[in-house]
Amino acid sequence: MFSSRRFGFGLGLALVAGIMTATAAAADEPGHYGYGTTATPAQMAGWDIDVRGDDGFGLPPGKGSVERGAEVFADQCAACHGTFGEGEGRYPKLAGGTGTLRDDRPEPTVGSYWPFASTLFDYINRAMPFPAPHSLSADDVYALTAYILNLNDVVASDFVADRVSLPKVKMPNRENFTWTDPRPDTNAKPCMSACVNPADVKITSTAEGRNLTPHTTGPLDTMQSQ
Amino acid sequence: MRSDLWRRISLPSTPAGVRPELGRRSFLGLGAALTGSLAFGARPGNAESAPASLPSDPPWSQSIGAGVVDRPYGRPADTEAGVIRRNVPWLTAGTESSVSFSPLQDLHGIITPNGLFFERHHAGRPDVDPDQHRLMIHGLVERPLILTMKDIVRFPQVSRIHFIECPANGGMEWRAAQLNSLQFTHGMIGCAEWTGVRLSTLLDEVGIKREAKWVMVEGADGAHMNRSLPLDKCLDDCLVVYAQNGEALRPEQGYPLRLVVPGWEGNVNIKWLRRIKLGDRPWFSREETSKYTDLMPDGTARGFTFLIDAKSVITFPCPEKPLDRPGLYEIRGLAWSGSGKIKRVDVSVDGGVNWQSARLHEPVLSKALTKFTLPWRWEGGPSLLESRAIDETGYVQPTIEDLRKQRGTNSVYHNNAIQTWQVKPDGSVFDVQLA
Repeated sequence: MFSSRRFGFGLGLALVAGIMTATAAAADEPGHYGYGTTATPAQMAGWDIDVRGDDGFGLPPGKGSVERGAEVFADQCAACHGTFGEGEGRYPKLAGGTGTLRDDRPEPTVGSYWPFASTLFDYINRAMPFPAPHSLSADDVYALTAYILNLNDVVASDFVADRVSLPKVKMPNRENFTWTDPRPDTNAKPCMSACVNPADVKITSTAEGRNLTPHTTGPLDTMQSQ
Repeated sequence: MRSDLWRRISLPSTPAGVRPELGRRSFLGLGAALTGSLAFGARPGNAESAPASLPSDPPWSQSIGAGVVDRPYGRPADTEAGVIRRNVPWLTAGTESSVSFSPLQDLHGIITPNGLFFERHHAGRPDVDPDQHRLMIHGLVERPLILTMKDIVRFPQVSRIHFIECPANGGMEWRAAQLNSLQFTHGMIGCAEWTGVRLSTLLDEVGIKREAKWVMVEGADGAHMNRSLPLDKCLDDCLVVYAQNGEALRPEQGYPLRLVVPGWEGNVNIKWLRRIKLGDRPWFSREETSKYTDLMPDGTARGFTFLIDAKSVITFPCPEKPLDRPGLYEIRGLAWSGSGKIKRVDVSVDGGVNWQSARLHEPVLSKALTKFTLPWRWEGGPSLLESRAIDETGYVQPTIEDLRKQRGTNSVYHNNAIQTWQVKPDGSVFDVQLA
């Protein structure tokens, strides 16, 4: 037992020495483990779908009009999002809501909320149509982007979206985002006794009797009766 | 034979749900007189009822059980069948882009069992073939790389215990107390031991170009879910993991490969990770512009609010686990912070007038769930239970009122407010909010 431990220790030292040599080499050049294969340009192109929102970097060739977008939308999108982007059931509303962001019940949509037009191309291309994601041609994704922007009165009905025109579209809510986190934005102190007047401790709301809570025992609660 | 006799005698005698009005002391007193003791007819397995079978054996003590590979993987006891992830059907249009909640009321430690870890999918759960899965690392790198799962497992291995919380956890409680359930107010969190390779190791392997500042991570699901992360965080403590609590990731958690971004909001912990791309600026994807941004009362919105601030919740008692009768109890709960370790948790039983510090249970780990307990004698009166976490940076968990003052009620995400449980004299517990 003891001897095998000693043996292990000796071997460990040898291994450490070997790794240190390799690490020293790695400081200068990548790939010191050497696992995997170098990605070829053709391989990268297959997955390299990302489009940057603020400047459209990565947008592919192709183009699409508002008119063509209306056709594709009717076929591929309207069942969930409604013919004019109004949203069916609980599926997202894509248009409208302008000027509601300060309201008690704001309606954030592409037109009222999204800061960047190129993000719309990226998202439709990567994630839509919901049942068959990433199945549309670049032309059709451009057309859908143009149509949805037009539904929101962000572009005119003769707009044609392509890699040049789309990044130039200025979204109405673009300036209303801050991209640095201002938290912590609270400054509570850990008071231990007589922190508030007991008479001021009042229940302002309760979940009791609201009938919003699924059962947490038995089989899954579908809440179908409500 | 004897077990049949046991069933015949014991089962019909007490209707389910009827608890004999006999405390432990009276049982002990009567036990001597009632030699068979089957007269109590208590339900087997209910510790609160008098164990009717004493001194005779229940059937499982008089028979041979199932053999060793009867359940080659294993599963919880049949009587635990109700301890499951649950969803709120009215919350989302369907279950594919939706969330399920972990049953915190039935969990007892800082590690979430793999089958109960909450789910958040943006295009359903893909069933990925690990042999076909690849991780591509490219962009502003010296040597773009494609790795198989076998390649990834060869890299030096690390294991870390971290929580993952969806920033929408508690999102339905911004306006008012709505859901009378610990599972649904706090269940979008889990904590596991994650095993894989440091992201920094992989980035060293490809060589980071000097102008790289941001990293885009993307999944192989139908949403091709993607987020941008600052390079500094990626080099600090992010992990590319293939195992959770010692076994391969579950498909719901990103099998065969996911990113773990310790202490940051759940959605950046990209599941089914297939691509990492380095760039000089963020990508402003849909999930970091249209979603996962926090709308303020003045109409502006905060983006890239990655950090999970310190938070805690009492897990016993809670709406699902009311108090039985007056007496000594242990208040139990969980605390966590994306900024590091939990330093202290205070508990109030009077709605925040007075506080006592709870006992923290080891291990107290950075960016992990931490368990706390506090003994409490409940006299049977009304009570308002709260817990308040303080992390190692000195940050103090705020009240919902504090948060609303800063952020209004429409920011959806990052509600880390103190939770109040109202205990009524009958022992029932309700989700409430206080002024």
